[in-house]
Amino acid sequence: METLTMEPKRQLAPRRRPPSKRRRAVRRNLTAYGFLCAALFCFAMFAWWPIIREVVLSFQQTNLVDPPTWVGLDNFRTVVDDPAFGQAWRNTLAFTLLALLCGYVVPFAVAIVLNELRHARGYLRFVVYLPVMLPPIVSVLLFRWFYDPGPGLFNQVLDFVGLPTLAWLDSTDTALISLVIVATWMNLGSGVLIYLAALQNIPGDLYEAAELDGAGILKRIRHVTIPQTRLILLLMLMLQIVATMQVFIEPYMLTGGGPENATVTVAYLMYQYAFVYGGNYGAGSALGLMLMVVLLAVAAVQLRLTREEK
Amino acid sequence: MVNTTTRPEEATKTGAAARPARRGDRKKRRGGWADGHSRTIVSPLELRSRWGRKIYWTLLTAIVIVFTLVFVFPLYWMVTGAMKTGEEIAQMPPTLFPKSPDFGVFADAWELFDIGTLLRNTVFYAVGAWLFALAVDVSAAYALSKLRPMLGNVIMAGMLATLMIPPIVVMIPAYITVTDVPILGWHLLNSPWAIWFPVAANGFNIFLLKRFFDSIPDEILEAAEIDGVPPWRVLVSIVLPISRPILGVVSIFTVVLVFKDFVWPLLVLPDSEKMTISVGLSQTAGAVTQNQIMAGLVIASVPMIIVFFFFQRSIMAGLTAGSLKG
Repeated sequence: METLTMEPKRQLAPRRRPPSKRRRAVRRNLTAYGFLCAALFCFAMFAWWPIIREVVLSFQQTNLVDPPTWVGLDNFRTVVDDPAFGQAWRNTLAFTLLALLCGYVVPFAVAIVLNELRHARGYLRFVVYLPVMLPPIVSVLLFRWFYDPGPGLFNQVLDFVGLPTLAWLDSTDTALISLVIVATWMNLGSGVLIYLAALQNIPGDLYEAAELDGAGILKRIRHVTIPQTRLILLLMLMLQIVATMQVFIEPYMLTGGGPENATVTVAYLMYQYAFVYGGNYGAGSALGLMLMVVLLAVAAVQLRLTREEK
Repeated sequence: MVNTTTRPEEATKTGAAARPARRGDRKKRRGGWADGHSRTIVSPLELRSRWGRKIYWTLLTAIVIVFTLVFVFPLYWMVTGAMKTGEEIAQMPPTLFPKSPDFGVFADAWELFDIGTLLRNTVFYAVGAWLFALAVDVSAAYALSKLRPMLGNVIMAGMLATLMIPPIVVMIPAYITVTDVPILGWHLLNSPWAIWFPVAANGFNIFLLKRFFDSIPDEILEAAEIDGVPPWRVLVSIVLPISRPILGVVSIFTVVLVFKDFVWPLLVLPDSEKMTISVGLSQTAGAVTQNQIMAGLVIASVPMIIVFFFFQRSIMAGLTAGSLKG
């Protein structure tokens, strides 16, 4: 069949040494897989296999030495019965919502304003992205000092302007929001720069037309800016949710999950099961599987929304 | 302009429109319209009105001050905090400048945290990851883009699918894999390969590279193929030189990723001789004084800030490249 379709062409332009089409295809495939094999190895071992292994592990008990035993739904029962379980999900949800408010709305607003400025653009862009470049441990340890209820910067400032000081990380009321503040400070810059690039792609005539129609500045934002950046807004929404769902370093370094579990997140609880409470890898994997399902659901919703937009 | 109304706001606009031609041309040169776009939400005319100018300059000043306070001042506080004595740090109200700046604290911190070892490790992991990931991902993307093997689309989809699942979600099975790699039985704890293999399995890098390679016309490569040039030489002497910008982006991504990562090296490089700088700082931070911690943080930040200074353009290009069309 293949040779049939090729026949007329070959008669038109005969080559000196025409290898058969099939042989060429086989050779091309062999070369291609030669180029691919290293990547396939890395992906198979360190990306695909762990995902499968997570599903398997969550129904097993293992100590990494003896062969694992099947335990049915025991791991899920352990996880759900843990008093910290509900708290961890509530905290993760609260963290995600707060971080969305700060990390999604704020950068968009900042980007809109920055896009209007004609001066100091390079400086502002550099400065806003600076914290993103720092290793997270730097930001986290720096803020741990700022949050110090005694000589920390934040309380010193509050004291200086005559406001009551706060306990920050030591109080159940403020611990979670303190973590959100650090996370926002560290990550704001990437959002701002991505939105800024999206805003610069909006054709100027749209604003011109809106202005001629008598639209004020707010109306121009509502009817031109937001619809024009809708796709990127949707994409960033998902990326933000996925990013904040994996909060780990903040509770690990700043609060250890406390006070009274007020800052235990799902990722942190997972870490504790596997690497703190004597290696309960099964329970940790069960929790990880739940988180994975939630994240995939978020991704599915996002895909559907994007498709509708297109 | 058009038949405008009688509202005062509109009136000023028409007034400004009476002298056209210049339309902010001067600003364009001075104020850095480097991005080559000309019209944003606020029109140049509105900006040129008396009120527009006043509001603009007030806003600009306010933004520059607020941004400096929010993003630069904490870093200033970190550097000066390192140079203050323990007493001065605890003092109320705080001092804006250290009374007698103590530069010796950086040497102390270098010693206490063993920053020499930590930095050497981190640079070694980052450079190794960069070379390894680049070699693996470039050849994979080239194969998927130009050689188009059977099931290539399935493989690409499988690689992209891993982007939906953040690494932390599978950290437990990934850790177990590293302690005992299936079939091969390798034990990679405390080995640099525990960093390098997973870094190379990066769907985003392959996606970026493949998309760039897709834009290289096939005709160029076919011509080489007909001349009997083997595929690896096509890759090295034709594709790679064209792809310099995207290679830059992917390189920076990888290096920054390894430098910033925390959880994974915390798990797989537990030996204090093998730790990365982030993990090392976190492990020792409890045992030293506040100003020593700050000095350690300053030293740890310097490499990344230098990278940012030199590769700012690549970094920002990469940030927007993936997300805009993704």
